[in-house]
Amino acid sequence: MADDSHRQVDDVTGTETTGHEWDGIRELDTPTPRWWLWTFLGTVIFAIGYVIAMPAIPLIHTYTKGLLGYSQREVVAEQLANAKAERQGMENQILAADFKTIEQTPKLLSFAMAEGQAVFGDNCVPCHGQGGQGGNGYPNLADDNWLWGGTYDAIYTTIQHGIRSEDAKTRINNMPAFLKDGLLNSTQVHDVVEYVLQISGQDHDAAMAAKGKEVFMNQCVTCHGENGKGNQELGAPNLTDAIWQFGGTRKDITETVSNARNYVMPAWSSRLDPGVIKSLAVYVHSLGGGQ
Amino acid sequence: MSTPSLVDLANGHPPPAEGIERADVEAVNVGRGSIFEKRKKIYPQRVHGAFRTFKWIVMALTLGIYYVTPWIRWDRGPGVPDQAVLIDLAQRKFYFFFIEIWPQEVYFGAGLMILAALGLFLVTSVFGRAWCGYACPQTVWTDLFLVVERFFEGRRNERIKLDRAPWGLSKIARKTGKHLTWLVIAVATGGAWVFYFADAPTLAHELITFDAPISAYFFVGLFTFTTYALGGLMREQVCTYMCPWPRIQAAMMDAESLTVTYRVDRGEPRGPHKKGDTWEGRGDCIDCHHCVVVCPTGVDIRNGLQLACINCALCIDACNSIMDKIGRPRGLIGYDTDANIIRRENGEKSVYRPIRARTVIYAVLILIVGAIMAYAMGHRSYLNVAVRPDRSPLYVTLSDGRIQNGYTFNILNKHRDEGRYKIEVENMDGKAEVVGVGADESEANEPVVTVAPDESRSVRVIVRLPRGAVKSERMPLEFEIEDLTHGDEAEVHTEFQGPK
Repeated sequence: MADDSHRQVDDVTGTETTGHEWDGIRELDTPTPRWWLWTFLGTVIFAIGYVIAMPAIPLIHTYTKGLLGYSQREVVAEQLANAKAERQGMENQILAADFKTIEQTPKLLSFAMAEGQAVFGDNCVPCHGQGGQGGNGYPNLADDNWLWGGTYDAIYTTIQHGIRSEDAKTRINNMPAFLKDGLLNSTQVHDVVEYVLQISGQDHDAAMAAKGKEVFMNQCVTCHGENGKGNQELGAPNLTDAIWQFGGTRKDITETVSNARNYVMPAWSSRLDPGVIKSLAVYVHSLGGGQ
Repeated sequence: MSTPSLVDLANGHPPPAEGIERADVEAVNVGRGSIFEKRKKIYPQRVHGAFRTFKWIVMALTLGIYYVTPWIRWDRGPGVPDQAVLIDLAQRKFYFFFIEIWPQEVYFGAGLMILAALGLFLVTSVFGRAWCGYACPQTVWTDLFLVVERFFEGRRNERIKLDRAPWGLSKIARKTGKHLTWLVIAVATGGAWVFYFADAPTLAHELITFDAPISAYFFVGLFTFTTYALGGLMREQVCTYMCPWPRIQAAMMDAESLTVTYRVDRGEPRGPHKKGDTWEGRGDCIDCHHCVVVCPTGVDIRNGLQLACINCALCIDACNSIMDKIGRPRGLIGYDTDANIIRRENGEKSVYRPIRARTVIYAVLILIVGAIMAYAMGHRSYLNVAVRPDRSPLYVTLSDGRIQNGYTFNILNKHRDEGRYKIEVENMDGKAEVVGVGADESEANEPVVTVAPDESRSVRVIVRLPRGAVKSERMPLEFEIEDLTHGDEAEVHTEFQGPK
C-alpha cells in the first residue's frame, strides 16, 4: 500500500490522489465503479463454471474432459464428414457426365479443376512435379507429347489402371533389354543409337546410322513404327521429337536400348474414388497438352 | 411556487430568488468515494425549450430512419433483391439504393467510414460534441427510455419518492410497466437491426412464425439485451465509463470550438437574490441548480468543460427559463467558446471563428476523400480480370519446338446477365495460339468463355508461341478481354517465360 500520509485531495476534481508523485504530477485515485467490481467477480465465477463444464486442465496422459463432453476433434470429424457428404452430390454429377459435358459446364468444370488440383497435389506431385512438368524418368504432363494418349478417356484410363501396375487392366508393354538379353550385340546397339540420333535430328555418325537403320527395321518398327514416331496404343514413344522421358543424349539412349526402362505408374482406382479420378483426368488434361 | 422550498428552509438556505425553488440535487461527479463507488442514480427533470424541441425532432428523424429504412423498396430487376438498403451476407453484396458493392470493392465501405470519421472530426471541432448530445444512439434511446420512465413513474420528485417507497402494489405495477415497455422497444430495436441483413417482409414473417434462421433470433436477442441494458439501466455510465469518444474528442477540439458553456464571466459571483435587490456587483447565477437537475449525466455545467458532459444543451433550456422568470437576459448558459470567455475577461468582444486551420484541414480532407470515392464510383467497371501465370513449370517445350505458357484467369462478370468474354493476346503479331479450357466450342480461333451473371469464373488459358518469337527468358505479354455481350473491355499485363 502507498503511504497514506501523502494522500491529498485534488483541488480541481475533489478526488483523492494515490500519494504517488512524479516530477510534480500526481495520480488521481478515481474510484472504480461498483458495477465494474461485480463484472470482475462475474468473470471469476464464469471461469470456475467453465473449468467444470469444459475441457480445461491438462493432466499427464489426458486432461479433464468437462461435464459437457465437448471435443474439438469430434467437431472437426463431424465437419469433415458433412463436407464429404456435401461434395458427394457434385461427385455424382461428375461421374454421370461425359468429359465434353464437364468441359462445357462451368459449374462441373470448376469443381473438377479444384478437386483435381488438390488431389494432384496430394498424389501426383512427388513424381510429376508441381504443375506436371515431370523430370528425368517421369513424363511431363503439360506438353503435347503423350505415351499412352492425351485424350480425356486415355488419361482417365491411365490414371485408373496405371502402367505396369498390379491392376488387371493395367497399361503394359515390354521393351526388351537388347544388350542384356543378348538380342543385339554391342556394335548393333551403337549403330541403332546413331540411327535414333539421326531421326531425332541430333549429331550422329552417318555410316553407323545407315547400319543402325537395318537393325531398327528388324527390331524396333513393331512398336516405334517405320518412321520412329511411336504408337500410343502400345505406349511406344515418338523417337523423332526433342522430348525424352529418360534423356536424349547418346549415353542415355545407349543405356535405354541396352537395359530397357520399364517404369511403373501405380493404378489409382484402388486408392481414389472414380469421381475423383475423373476430376484428376480433367485437371491433367488442362495442364497444357490435352487433346 | 412563491414560497421557499421546505428543503431550503430546513437547510437554512434562502431561496435562490423570489419564486424560484432551489433544486435539491448535487452533481454526481464531484466529491470523494470509496475504492468501489456505487452509482448515484440520476433523475433528470423534464425541461422545455428550443433545444429540447430540437432534440425531439432529431429523435424522431433518427429513429424514423432506423426503423423505416429496411422497408424501403428499390426495383433492381428480376432475381435481385428489391430492398433499398441491404447487406446481403450470403451473396456477399451490399445494396444501397442505386449502388451495389461487391466484396472486392470493400474499400468503398472503408472510404465511407473515413468520410464519417472526418465528418465527426469536423462537426466536433466546429460545434463540439454535437454528435454526443443529439445524434448518438445512446443519447437517442436513453431519451426515449426516459419518456417511458416518466410515463410510468411520474416526474422527478415522484420518481425519487417511488424509489424510496417500500414495495407495494403500485410500485410493482409501475416498475413492471416501465421495464416491459423498455423490453418491447428493445426487441423492436433488435428486430429492425436484422432487417438490414435480409429481405425485411420475408424475415418479419419468418420471425413471427418461428421459421427464421437461428442467427436472426440471436441478433434480435443480442440487440434487445444491449438496448435494454445500455439505454435503460446503464445510461450515462456508457458515456462516462465505456465510450472512447469523450476521451478522443479532446484532440479535435480547441479553445475556439463551440461547447455548452456556463458563462462564468457573467454568472459569478453567484448567490441567492432577493426581490428588489440590485444586480450590480454580483453575477446572474442565483445558484438554483436547475441546470444540474435537468442534466441526463448529472453533472454541474458550472464546473466547466468536463468528460461527462455530452453537450445535450438541456441546461441551456433550463437556465433560460429561469432567466426569463427573474427578468435577466437569456444565455447565462449557452453555446460559447473558451476563447470568448478569456476575450471578455480582457474586455474584448466575443467572436466566433468557425474557419480555422483545423476545420479547413478536416473539410479539405473530406473533399479529397469524397472526390476520390466519387471518381472511383463513376469509373467502376462491370468486368474485372486478374491473371496468374503458372509458377511451375515456367514454360513447356512442345514436340514441334514451340514454347507454351499456362495462365489462370479470374473473370468477374458484374452484369445481371451472362457475359461472353473473348481472350486475345495483343502484342505478339498474331503468332500466339491461345487455348481456353472450357471455352465455347463454336469459336475456333480465339477462346470465348461464358461467365454466369453476377459470378466470377476461373479459366485456364494456354498460350503457345513459335520458338523464334520467344526472344528472351521473360517477355511482357498483354491480354485483351472483350465482353462480346456488353462491350466491356479489360487489359491485363503479364509475362511469357521461355528458355534462355
